[in-house]
Formats: sequence, structure tokens, C-alpha cells
Amino acid sequence: MSDTIALDVAGLAKTYRSPGRDVEAVRDLTFQIRRGELVCIVGPSGAGKTTLLRCIAGLLDLSGGQIRLDGTAVTEPPAGMAVVFQEYGRSLFPWLTVRGNVELPLKEKGLAKAARAAKVAEALDAVGLPDSADAHPWQLSGGMQQRVAIARAIAYEPSVLLMDEPFAAVDAQTRADLEDLVRTLWKRLGVTVLFVTHDIDESVYLGQRVLVLSNRPTVVLEDVPVDLPDDRDQLTTRSSPQFTKIRTHVYELVQSAKRGERPEVR
Amino acid sequence: MTTTTPTMPGPAALRPVRATGRRRQPVLGLLGCLIAVAVVEALPRLGVVDSRFLPPFSTMARSLGEQLTEGEFWTGLGQTLVGWASGLAIAMVAGIVVGVVIGSIPLLRAVTASTIEFLRPIPSVALIPLVVLIYGSRPQSALILVVYAAFWQVLVQVLYGVADVDPVVRDTARSYRFSRWAIIRSVVWPTAMPYVVTGFRLAASVALILEITAELIIGVPGLGKSIGVAQSSGAVPETYALVLVVGLLGVLINVCTRAVERRVLRWHTSVRGEA
Ligand SMILES: Nc1ncnc2c1ncn2[C@@H]1O[C@H](COP(=O)(O)OP(=O)(O)OP(=O)(O)O)[C@@H](O)[C@H]1O
Ligand SMILES: [Mg+2]
Repeated sequence: MSDTIALDVAGLAKTYRSPGRDVEAVRDLTFQIRRGELVCIVGPSGAGKTTLLRCIAGLLDLSGGQIRLDGTAVTEPPAGMAVVFQEYGRSLFPWLTVRGNVELPLKEKGLAKAARAAKVAEALDAVGLPDSADAHPWQLSGGMQQRVAIARAIAYEPSVLLMDEPFAAVDAQTRADLEDLVRTLWKRLGVTVLFVTHDIDESVYLGQRVLVLSNRPTVVLEDVPVDLPDDRDQLTTRSSPQFTKIRTHVYELVQSAKRGERPEVR
Repeated sequence: MTTTTPTMPGPAALRPVRATGRRRQPVLGLLGCLIAVAVVEALPRLGVVDSRFLPPFSTMARSLGEQLTEGEFWTGLGQTLVGWASGLAIAMVAGIVVGVVIGSIPLLRAVTASTIEFLRPIPSVALIPLVVLIYGSRPQSALILVVYAAFWQVLVQVLYGVADVDPVVRDTARSYRFSRWAIIRSVVWPTAMPYVVTGFRLAASVALILEITAELIIGVPGLGKSIGVAQSSGAVPETYALVLVVGLLGVLINVCTRAVERRVLRWHTSVRGEA
């Protein structure tokens, strides 16, 4: 059983320390994610979702607890992990073209030129941007920039993909397309996905499980399984009674999290 | 298209883009030059000023024409340009290397900050007695002054540039496991580039000023020395002609560095233009 666990977060705590002001962002988070699972994380704004993701990505020092990826403790950015940041526009390199942006991590990974070109083309194709390879990121719309960031992540062929509210800035139609894209890619690549969102419907539509976080200092309020069929569709899935039931439950959880409700102390 | 485009990090060091009057400016500028030439021509001819001190422009121009046929002039010009360029090159390399190293290591930056603030405002010309003592009127004297003056311009800009790296971009690079060197090469350097180019432009002008100053005051061989010689032998039109050449050199350098700036920062100015 334990060999199918990809990500193991145990007693994670993170307090931001700065002179004169300490912020306890995450108090005690424990959860596990199996290999190839797609898990969504929801929680009130400021709950520490980004903090959690940055800890998993090895970009922050922990204040307590441990994060293990495939059995190894995370102390620096682990190999085989790609992150799509909340500030996707700022995470693209403006001096590079779209192609350059997607290609650079592959170059640093040591891939040969021909292999890189193939992967870049494939990834841009997957996100529906085959014609924008030579544009610069700032010549694209927000939704297109977002897709470049996603293309860069999938071209990297990670085994774990972290996404932080990646669709916050795009319009509803693009958003629905991108949601379907994430599910398609997840199924095709068999990658483990951790998807942070503040959109409850989105979390239920995308995830196999939804982790609901309490407000700060953060703990897991509830781990909600999403027992919807694997083949999901924007119209039929979202209008199914089962979907409504789960989303209502998650909605109530988030509301109670906002009110400051927390699980009883263990 | 621009609705959700996030704002790009823009270096404060760049001049704001002037949108209006771009087309009219060269015409007006040329007109200004013509008027200045006409005034300089007219004043001595009308006897408003003594032509021994300010000869008419045509006399200066004739003198300049004569100089152009003499090897001595070209030697001087060459010496000035070589002194300027080598000093500028050394300052650029040193400024960039030191700037990137200091800027990348927070501790080093904190330690050096006050030293830099102390050394930077010392005018290069204040070092003249020192360099004369060591090198006399050899080219090294000019080189040291040029390097000293230009170095700070570059260093300060590079420090700003390195500090301007977006934390999200840095995290992106780290999460894709870029090596330290790769981060400098493909994140820090492109971010600092606009600042480096600004530093280059500032340093290029300052370097010329210091090169001419050293030649004029210390007697380091070059156009500045020729000016001094012409002046002390009472050759007024020649003096003016040489001063004009130095002025044109300054203009030329400025035009070239601006062209370089525009070329290098194409992506950058475009970002600013669209925003
Ligand atoms: N660098 C930092 N220094 C100090 N405090 C921070 C820092 N980053 C985040 N925090 C604090 O930690 C808490 C959690 O922040 P975080 O960004 O993780 O929230 P979030 O759940 O991602 O919120 P949102 O949904 O709005 O993105 C907040 O109270 C925030 O003020
Ligand atoms: Mg966040």
C-alpha cells in the first residue's frame, strides 16, 4: 500500500518569521496522495494554500513536520516536479518567446535539441497554442499566457504537477476548456496532480478527492472523496445530482471554515 | 487583449518613452543647430564679439578641414578613441562581474553597500594628483580616471538590475531545478540587461569626458592634448575646431548607445509600449 503513496505530508507546520511579526500560516497538515491521483485543495483566502504548495515544491523551509515525495524528504525543489504558479503571468520569462519559455526547463534538464523541439511542439499543441510559438508572452491574452505556463509544465513531463489557482484570471469559457485540458492531460500522462482552487465547483469537477482546509492557522477540515464517474463532461457532470450533493457538502465545509470552525483537537 | 495581462517588472532606470513629437524632433533639432551656426557666424562678423576670441563659424570649419588632412589629427583622434574604448570596456566587464556577484549574495551586498556609497560620489578628477604621481602623463593615467568614473555608473545599474529579478520568476527557475549558473545566465542576466544597457550609455558619456579631461589637464596624448597645445599657441580657430570634434564625438557616442539600447531592449520597450 505505502509504495503507491506519491506524496506524504505529515504534521506540516509553517510560520513566516519576520522581525516583529510572525504569521502562523499552516499549523498541522497531514494527508497523503497516491501516485497518479488528482486531488483538489480548497479553503478560504489566506488559508495557506499557496504556502502549502510552496512547501511541497521545496521552495520554503518548513517550521515543523515533514514532506516526503516517493519516500524521500523534500528539502529542495525535487526532480520531476512542475509548478504552475498563481501569478502565472509573472512566472513566464518576458524576454523569451513562448517556445523559449517552454523549452528552457528542457534545456536545463539536458535534453537534446531535436527532442526538445518535439516536446515543445507537442505541449503547445496540447494546450491549443501551436501558432503562438514565436510570440512573446506579453503579446498573448491572460488565458493564453496561462496555457503557456501549463504547456511548460507538461512539456517537462513531471511525475507530480502542482497548480495554484491556475484559472483565477481567465474567463468562464476558457476556464471550462482548461479544466477539461487538465483532466485530459492527467489521464493521458498518468501524472499526480495537486490542484489548488477557490472555486468549489471546479474542485469537485476536477478532483478525485477534495481537501478542504480550515482558515489560518491551517489544518485539514475534511478529506472529501468525489465519487463521480471518471469520464466527466462540463454539462452532464455538473448537472448530475451526485455532483450537486458533493458540491453542496464542500460548500458548507468552506463556509464553516470561513466562520472559523475547526476539527476537534486530536 | 490586454485585459488580464499582468504588469511587467519595469526598471525605473529607463527613461519614459516620449510618444509625441517624435517625428518633428529631428527637424526642430536641425533647425536649432542651423540657428546656432548662424549666430556664431554673425556675432564676430558684426563685431559684437572679438573675432580673436570667437572666430566666425566658417573660419572654424576651414580650420577643421585643414586638420582633417593632417596625420597628427587622426593620431590624436585614434588615441582618444582607444583610451575611451579600453577604459569603457574594462569598466563594463568589472562593473558587470562585481555587480552580479555582489547583487547575488545578500550578505555581500549588505557589507559593501556603505563602501560603495562612500566611494561612488568621489569625482574622478579628484584622483588626478594621485595618477599623475604614479603614471605622469602616460595613457595609464587617463585609463584609471576613465575606468574609475565609468565603473560606478555600470556597477550601480547592475546592482539595481540584479535586485529587480521577480521572485516568481526566481521560484520558477528554482522549481525547474536550474543550476546557480543557469539562474544567473537565463534569469538574472536578462532581467538586468535593461539596466546594463543604461549603465553602458551613462558610462560611455562619462568615459569620454574623463578621457578628454585627462588629456587636457595631464597631457595624456589625444585630442584633449591637441586642444591644449592649440590653445596655448594661440591658434584659436584650431582650438574651436577640435572642441567641435570632441562635441561631435560625444553626440555620435550617444546616438550609437541609444541605438544599441533600442536593439537590445526590443522585448522590453514593447512590454512598456503595450502596457
Ligand atoms: N512571504 C510571506 N511572509 C509573511 N506572511 C506570509 C507570506 N506569504 C504568505 N503569508 C501569510 O500566510 C498566510 C497564508 O498565505 P497564502 O498565500 O498561503 O494563502 P492562500 O491560501 O494561498 O490565499 P489565496 O487563496 O488568497 O491565494 C496569509 O495570512 C499570508 O498573509
Ligand atoms: Mg494563494
